[in-house]
Amino acid sequence: MTTSERRHLRNGLLFALPYLIGVAAFVVYPLVMSVYYSFCRYNIISSPVWIGLDNYRELFFNDPVFLKAVYNTLYYTAFAVPLGLAFSIGLAMLLNLRTPGVAVFRTVFFLPSIVPMVASAMLWLWVLNPESGLVNGLLRQVAGIDGPGWLADEHWSKPSLVLMSLWGLGTAMVIFLAGLSDVPQALYEVARIDGAGPWRTFRHVTLPMLTPTILFNLVMGLIGAFQYFTQVYVMTGGRGGPVDSTMFYALYLYRNSFYYLRMGYACAMAWMLFVLIFVCTAAVFASSRRWVYYHGE
Amino acid sequence: MASDRGTSGIGPRKGERWGALLVLVALSVLFLAPFGWMVSTSLKHESRIFTRPGEPPQWIPTTERTDEQGRPLVTWQGRPGVDLGRDADGRHTLLIGDEQVQAWPEDFAVQQRMGLHWENYARAFEMMDFVQNLRNTLFICVAVVLGTLASCSLTAYSLARIPWRGRTALFFFCIATMMVPYQVTLIPLFAVYSRLGWVGTFLPLIVPYLFGTPFYIFLLRQFFLGIPQDLSAAARIDGCSEFGAFAHIIVPLSKPALATTALFMFLFQWADFLNPLIYLQDDRHYTLAIALQQFQSQHESAWGPLMAMSTVITLPIIALFFLTQRTFIQGITMTGLKG
Repeated sequence: MTTSERRHLRNGLLFALPYLIGVAAFVVYPLVMSVYYSFCRYNIISSPVWIGLDNYRELFFNDPVFLKAVYNTLYYTAFAVPLGLAFSIGLAMLLNLRTPGVAVFRTVFFLPSIVPMVASAMLWLWVLNPESGLVNGLLRQVAGIDGPGWLADEHWSKPSLVLMSLWGLGTAMVIFLAGLSDVPQALYEVARIDGAGPWRTFRHVTLPMLTPTILFNLVMGLIGAFQYFTQVYVMTGGRGGPVDSTMFYALYLYRNSFYYLRMGYACAMAWMLFVLIFVCTAAVFASSRRWVYYHGE
Repeated sequence: MASDRGTSGIGPRKGERWGALLVLVALSVLFLAPFGWMVSTSLKHESRIFTRPGEPPQWIPTTERTDEQGRPLVTWQGRPGVDLGRDADGRHTLLIGDEQVQAWPEDFAVQQRMGLHWENYARAFEMMDFVQNLRNTLFICVAVVLGTLASCSLTAYSLARIPWRGRTALFFFCIATMMVPYQVTLIPLFAVYSRLGWVGTFLPLIVPYLFGTPFYIFLLRQFFLGIPQDLSAAARIDGCSEFGAFAHIIVPLSKPALATTALFMFLFQWADFLNPLIYLQDDRHYTLAIALQQFQSQHESAWGPLMAMSTVITLPIIALFFLTQRTFIQGITMTGLKG
């Protein structure tokens, strides 16, 4: 090793030192302990007791609430993520038409996504209030129908959360807008010369060019949806009601940790969540080779 | 051509543009309505918050109209009158013209005029110990932002600007840790903090951020890579120390990326819910977000003060957005695409 190589190594490690310490203390150590706890009965007050695979066995064969939580989470993901993508692409396309006042519209659609989650959850709880909320009030006034109980009704609670999630699609929309501005204008010229109408131009030019952005937003959306927590905690007082219809994965994990003090069980749940996220993102990336188009490759 | 770069191929045909404008206006109304409802509720009198059967949603906050003696003006069967008061059963005596009528509250309406009820804000401030909560939130936000800026920029500098063996491996390791959901490390960390006696203090909310956050290390590394390496080489030849090059060359050139980091971290901490929920136990330590949730769990139908406090928590964020709009939008696209 030359002197300068040695100096670089020393400086490199020195500059990264805070992070290296942090990673050992806040990532590596907890990861190892989390694996260990997941094979233990552990309530934080007394020391962990090794019970082998019992936690994992109970998850899959003996805990209907866990299965319900998986179902609820997948249900929410299956609707919120694709709808969110479709609507944010739609909004971005509309904004991209450069109508008058486009900056104002962009701000309006973006703002809800930066409202602190506690406040937006509180707000939607009130907007969806069955008796005095805005939505049912308008349904009564405009259409003359009695709206559903929304979050108070076990069949409507998850659709309510999906609806609320669409209000906050601003971040994805801004990313799609940036993606749209990267589409080379020449492609549109060619499409026009070939006589393609708006739909075919969208289908064969815009959409393929947006696929890398769709991939990014899809993966971020999936990861976010699997870990959905704050809104549902605030809106159901941490109970996941009615009738466990909003008992989401992360909420049930939280309840196991801090209500029932089943820390080992919660660690097993956390690892299953990691597997779920990992498998889904891996599947998306694997499939992306067939549907994501990288311009210039 | 450069002028209309970015307009989509659907074309600038006039009819379509006007159609799009119409749709955009309609959608804007939908997106703004919840905000309007929040602010409107926060300024309503308690008696007007819950709609009576058959009444449409009320957007403009109102107050009861009274005569010179302070008696509420009412309308009964389409005729104006005065409410003289109510008896033990809850039945009101109304003076309609010259005759007195007995009526139940649902049989007559109290006349309303526009009136804003700021007392919801006052009530929320009192009931929540607002100033203390705000101070806690700002303390955590500032500490975390400063810690993140220092630790992430140093690490990113090491990864982007110092050619040492192992930096690529460390970079990929850093990226890989982003894949791990926070739930996995949640319990072991809680166990450590509780052994250290940190549960119930701000420490678990601040200390981890003093050691870097993978996402912002990644963001800053990408930015530092874009600065010409010649600058560093020249500085080294001039006898500048590595830290000198970092502090005097790289940091001043990286203001946009550092601003994005600070802004997003601030927003995240301002709104963070899970960590304060787990680690803060005493209401003197509560942040605004957690205080609002606790307030709601104790006063479930106090929608006036609840919406007032939701407005108060949201307004600074919206103000921050308008002040830093460019950093904001650039930051989102930087994190979303260029990464």
